[in-house]
Amino acid sequence: MSIISNLPARTGVGFKPAHFRDILAATQPIGFFEVHAENYMGAGGAPHVQLGALRERYALSVHGVGLSIGSMRPLDCDHLARLKMLCDRYAPESFSEHLAWSSHRDIYFNDLLPLPYTQQTLARVAEHIDAVQTALRRQILLENPATYVRFLESTISEIDFLAEVSKRTGCGLLLDVNNVFVSAMNDGTQPLPYLDSFPLDRVKEIHLGGHDEEADDAGSTLLIDAHGSPVSAAVWTLYAHVIAHTGAIPTLIEWDNDVPDWPTLRAEAAAAQDILADASRASAA
Amino acid sequence: MLAPFEVSFADALLDAEHPIPCGITAHNAAIPTRRFAVYRNNVVAGLVKALKSRFPVVEKIVGEEFFAAMARAFVVERPPRSPVLAIYGDEFATFIAAFDPARELAYLADVARLEAARTRAYHAADATPVDAGQFAALDAHTVGGIRIDMHPSAEIVRSRYPIATIWAMNSGEQELAPVENWRGEDALVVRPYLDVLVRMLLPGGAAFLLALAGGRPLDEATEAAFADNSNFDLIGNLAGLIGSGLVRDILLPEPEKYGLP
Repeated sequence: MSIISNLPARTGVGFKPAHFRDILAATQPIGFFEVHAENYMGAGGAPHVQLGALRERYALSVHGVGLSIGSMRPLDCDHLARLKMLCDRYAPESFSEHLAWSSHRDIYFNDLLPLPYTQQTLARVAEHIDAVQTALRRQILLENPATYVRFLESTISEIDFLAEVSKRTGCGLLLDVNNVFVSAMNDGTQPLPYLDSFPLDRVKEIHLGGHDEEADDAGSTLLIDAHGSPVSAAVWTLYAHVIAHTGAIPTLIEWDNDVPDWPTLRAEAAAAQDILADASRASAA
Repeated sequence: MLAPFEVSFADALLDAEHPIPCGITAHNAAIPTRRFAVYRNNVVAGLVKALKSRFPVVEKIVGEEFFAAMARAFVVERPPRSPVLAIYGDEFATFIAAFDPARELAYLADVARLEAARTRAYHAADATPVDAGQFAALDAHTVGGIRIDMHPSAEIVRSRYPIATIWAMNSGEQELAPVENWRGEDALVVRPYLDVLVRMLLPGGAAFLLALAGGRPLDEATEAAFADNSNFDLIGNLAGLIGSGLVRDILLPEPEKYGLP
């Protein structure tokens, strides 16, 4: 492992091609842009031109959604090679992936699917992260999932699982505060105690995004990690709580569906930036 | 490694009739069917969305609801094999051709083939096309022996239906109107710079370009084009070849073939 994840401790935004012209038209008050790795695996064309232009001007985070680190099956070597090519080409400040699986046998499900937390899955996930960090020659960040179900076979808490993976592999953690809120509400638990016992010293990036509301089997509210709306008030409060403890941490606004215009997205990033600035002032005082 | 949770999860994701995986639960429901449906829905809706963005003209022709149903059927039958979704749906046209509810729209599969070619061109390797000056500088005595290295984004889609016109009308490139001349059309798809171009080929044009793409020299490609269509117009087709940025490189003939020093 040679490159340590190193995004600027400011607010970033998930890049959408529809915003490209607006972004390039001026210097944006944005600390970094994040892209989904799998959208930049073609040979050429506009995606690479756009990513190259962003890379020249801003710090870059590459966020994978298809490596299936949480699968018990071997990693897809071809996909790992594609990720390596992308990281070598753009030299992002950070590469992150999910504590989830998305492929089984030869099918790619295009969703972040959950896994039970056991000693066996812990060993396998650590093994996969070792392999990824070795191949990419960099530290990666692992993101906590949004979940809708529990596994009866789980014997380890999610926090202990993430902390132990990070300890064994040296990977950093990507704390998705919206996922914490969604999972806690869906699991009938509380998000604050979760955040207070999270290994915050390992967190090198935070994600904020919007969620939807549906109904579950008992007719109760079920939150869906949909990334198609503004960050909720509850998630902002939890975020400010975390940042007050940790100081400024690189923070991303994720808005992947029903994408708003650039000024709206930039304003959402500015709201997070205000909370980061408050924390910096408080720690300087 | 044995992973029962993955196997039972995966088996139930694409099959709505399949019982939900054993071993999952929720704090307020022993068998969380609706919660598991979130995963089912994420998988299918996400892949349908990927197809929607790749086949917008097919969707425009059949309407949102029909497209979604057809795409869902495809997703279940042919889920992706790769996390790179830009190429998901290469087999969608073949699926549409055999999709009974779309039987009356005989041209639909070929429109899908055209749209699939457009996305491949969008992501193809970059290459700067040669300009008209390089053609003008060719020696008239040996020009018949040149071979063409085609742009890596170029594809030819042949059809018994007017797919280039149908595509142009439904993509906003041309006003929507009844197709007056209902006949087969061959389309060229190429991305010389950043924008993907779709061009209707002239008579014999597809045979001409396919021969060139197959590595045959210009004179042989011209013969093949005339054999395909006696109305083949060499000058018009050469102008199209150059003007659409189709040529990555001109490979000059071996001098000895022509008895030159």
